Amino acid sequence: MTRLLAPAGSKVLFLGNEAIARGALEAGVSVATAYPGTPSSEVIESLAPAASKRSLYVEWSVNEKVALEVAAAASFAGLRSMAVMKQNGVNVASDFLLHLTASGTRGGLVLVSCEDPGALSSVNEGESRYFAGMLEMPLLEPADFQEAKDMTKWAFELSEAIGNVVMLRSVTRMSHASGNVVCGTLPAKARKAAFEYGGPIMDSQTGPMISTPVVAKHLLRRQKLKAVCALFEKSPFNRYTGPARPDLLLITASACWLYAAEAVHMLGLQKKVGILKLGTTWPLPPRLVSQYLRKARRILIVEEVMAFLEENVKVLAAGNPKLSEDKTFFGKYDGTLPFAGELNPDIVADALVKIFNIRRCGLSSSYQEEARKTAAMLPPREQTFCAGCPHRASFWSIHNAIALDGRGGFVCGDIGCYSMAALTPANGFGTMPTLHSMGSGTGLASGFARLAPFGFKKPVLTVCGDSTFYHAVIPALINARHNRADITFIVLDNQGTAMTGFQPHPGNEVNALRESVPAVDIAAVCRAIGAKVAVCDPFDLSATGSVLTDFLAEKDSLKVLILRQACALSPEKKGKKTFEMKVDESLCLGDACGCNRLCTRIFRCPALVWDRKKKKAAVDEVVCAGCGVCASICPRKAILKSQAASAAASGG
Amino acid sequence: MKTKRLSVTKNLVLTGVGGQGNVMASRALAGMLVDAGYVVTIGETFGMSQRGGSVMSHLRISPDAVRSPQIPRGGADVIVALEPLEALRVLTVYGNPEVSLLSNSRSIDPIGVITGERDYPSEETIRIAFARLTARYWLFDATAVGLDLGNPVLSNVVMLGALAGTGLLPIDRRMFAKEIRKTGSPEKCAINLKAFDAGFSMSK
Repeated sequence: MTRLLAPAGSKVLFLGNEAIARGALEAGVSVATAYPGTPSSEVIESLAPAASKRSLYVEWSVNEKVALEVAAAASFAGLRSMAVMKQNGVNVASDFLLHLTASGTRGGLVLVSCEDPGALSSVNEGESRYFAGMLEMPLLEPADFQEAKDMTKWAFELSEAIGNVVMLRSVTRMSHASGNVVCGTLPAKARKAAFEYGGPIMDSQTGPMISTPVVAKHLLRRQKLKAVCALFEKSPFNRYTGPARPDLLLITASACWLYAAEAVHMLGLQKKVGILKLGTTWPLPPRLVSQYLRKARRILIVEEVMAFLEENVKVLAAGNPKLSEDKTFFGKYDGTLPFAGELNPDIVADALVKIFNIRRCGLSSSYQEEARKTAAMLPPREQTFCAGCPHRASFWSIHNAIALDGRGGFVCGDIGCYSMAALTPANGFGTMPTLHSMGSGTGLASGFARLAPFGFKKPVLTVCGDSTFYHAVIPALINARHNRADITFIVLDNQGTAMTGFQPHPGNEVNALRESVPAVDIAAVCRAIGAKVAVCDPFDLSATGSVLTDFLAEKDSLKVLILRQACALSPEKKGKKTFEMKVDESLCLGDACGCNRLCTRIFRCPALVWDRKKKKAAVDEVVCAGCGVCASICPRKAILKSQAASAAASGG
Repeated sequence: MKTKRLSVTKNLVLTGVGGQGNVMASRALAGMLVDAGYVVTIGETFGMSQRGGSVMSHLRISPDAVRSPQIPRGGADVIVALEPLEALRVLTVYGNPEVSLLSNSRSIDPIGVITGERDYPSEETIRIAFARLTARYWLFDATAVGLDLGNPVLSNVVMLGALAGTGLLPIDRRMFAKEIRKTGSPEKCAINLKAFDAGFSMSK
């Protein structure tokens, strides 16, 4: 039995995301959808195995907007549902979300946004909290693991009580942290779906689910907020700890509450600092917040990335002279805390040290000096493509084809492990001067390719992964075709959503529930759009290189090269070698070769080692994945490949 | 061995390189301590960790409350490292004169070292830094023990056994056996217990 279905009363160590999933189960969720993205993926990953036992439908949707639409359909039919995504996924879903908050919802609908302050696994540190204010939907932020479960359960009840979607925001340090959770009861019965739409237009329970008449529906949404505020005023998720008259009132939410509590404890300021921990962060419950603002003249707001909470507290205080007179607000706008990056207990402690003008006892200067000296000699552990990664081979060919073409072509990048091609020092052959959101590489390429009338003549290439292709690339590709943008589009098809843990996508023959489903063929989609399509194995450098060279030379057409080879870490491939590799030491000339250590320094496979004693290249057999690509790159043909025993036994 | 109950929060950092079983070890350790009635908070980042990067888990073991998933700088009581370079990296941020360190001696070279552009610190340099930055340290080849048992990844369990052997945390063999039985097949449990015992005897 999965841990997620532990009986009521059991104490379980849950990942923040598992706590959210358990909360949804306790609320009786019927439909859960998501597009994978760190740090959100484990919500659906933990729910999927429980689906068959809980009358639950779970899906990996093609993108976040569709995920929210699928979840909303269930809500319209009276079921409880949720859509889960990472922070930038909310942007993808936001157009539908704008209209959804206007039409309202029926069955409890929760949008879970797992955000990544500091961009630990993202190429942005986007904020979705502003969507709550902008689209007038309630926002909840759990501050520990028990709360992540309890709050998720309550979010469904709240959504149903007000007839609108509720946003629950987590962060990496909550979603990917773990802690004790006491489980509650799982409901025995599942709801039946029914969609009524024959009633009056303003009746959200029986009428059509539409956003018009716009102004009337907007006023209705404002009405719902009043009900929300009333519930938030007495919510147990808002708590104060500290003296009756603190020197400083610290207002915080989310994981920042744990940092703040730790910092106050570290500095021994428990008698001076009171902490108001808010779980309901938009709309702020005005009476509750005012009550605590009255207690102190100095207020510090602790939150990550943008000053959302700070702004809302200040707006509330500005509306009442008694709350703003003689008050000093500390936060981001006065520079006490940074506007960028994630926080931790040290950053909050440093802010308190500044405000109270105190000293923090720390390590001796000699210890700190020793630590600094040691840190300076440590080689960094740079990220790089894994041994046997098809992306290394793909970018090797792309780089060489561009060099051979000689007109200064470049690649518009996209989001996936292959984004590492943008890190030039980590990959000596990277070529990716643009990197934005999913699908944007193709849109940008489409734009660059139409700059010829302005004197821009460079060939334009773009890449995307297989999952990204379905998620957001197709409209951009159609745009390129329709507007005759002459681009070479390369699909780095590693046969799964590899970076986030091999979740299935529409190109696979299996879905989140492990049901067998028809695969949507990328090549067929591209051909239907009118592109010239070729498919290659990226490990075959010569075939890949020759297709790319032809494509770059060919004008006035949309060209698609699908480079198909499974990820080296994929379950079906991991630990299986096709080739045994070795360096023939009599052929490798080392530094005398003139190749300037092409294989180790430029190709940079973790299995290709520079042997300091012999001053020659060598293969680390333990790390080598046996892809065989390096045999094709050595100008001396010193890297030898032979069929691996395991591959020969299974017929290669 | 009877272990003494903790009265204050203990901070442990478990570190290594992606693929070494860092996350599994931190979960197993936390699971044991939750069963023993502690409130455990694990702070982790993963996502790119499989791609050869540094991996670090922060464990806060408290008698009563949830703690920040990030340990303050200089705030580690114990550091368990599956790889010596990562031990040094963590020591320079979370170390203090009172810290205890258990480190695997088997190195995993970062890409800059593999390609010959950077140097990996020598064993002597590592020992000197350990001696200067810790109150006590244990350094032994847990990977070799894992290899003897048939799988180098067992080094993570060897390190857990070694941690139990030091008596720094209230964990023992019985607790580990119970934890490993929750998820593992009987064969898997047996090999893991062997790895645990081997580690235990190395630090005791």
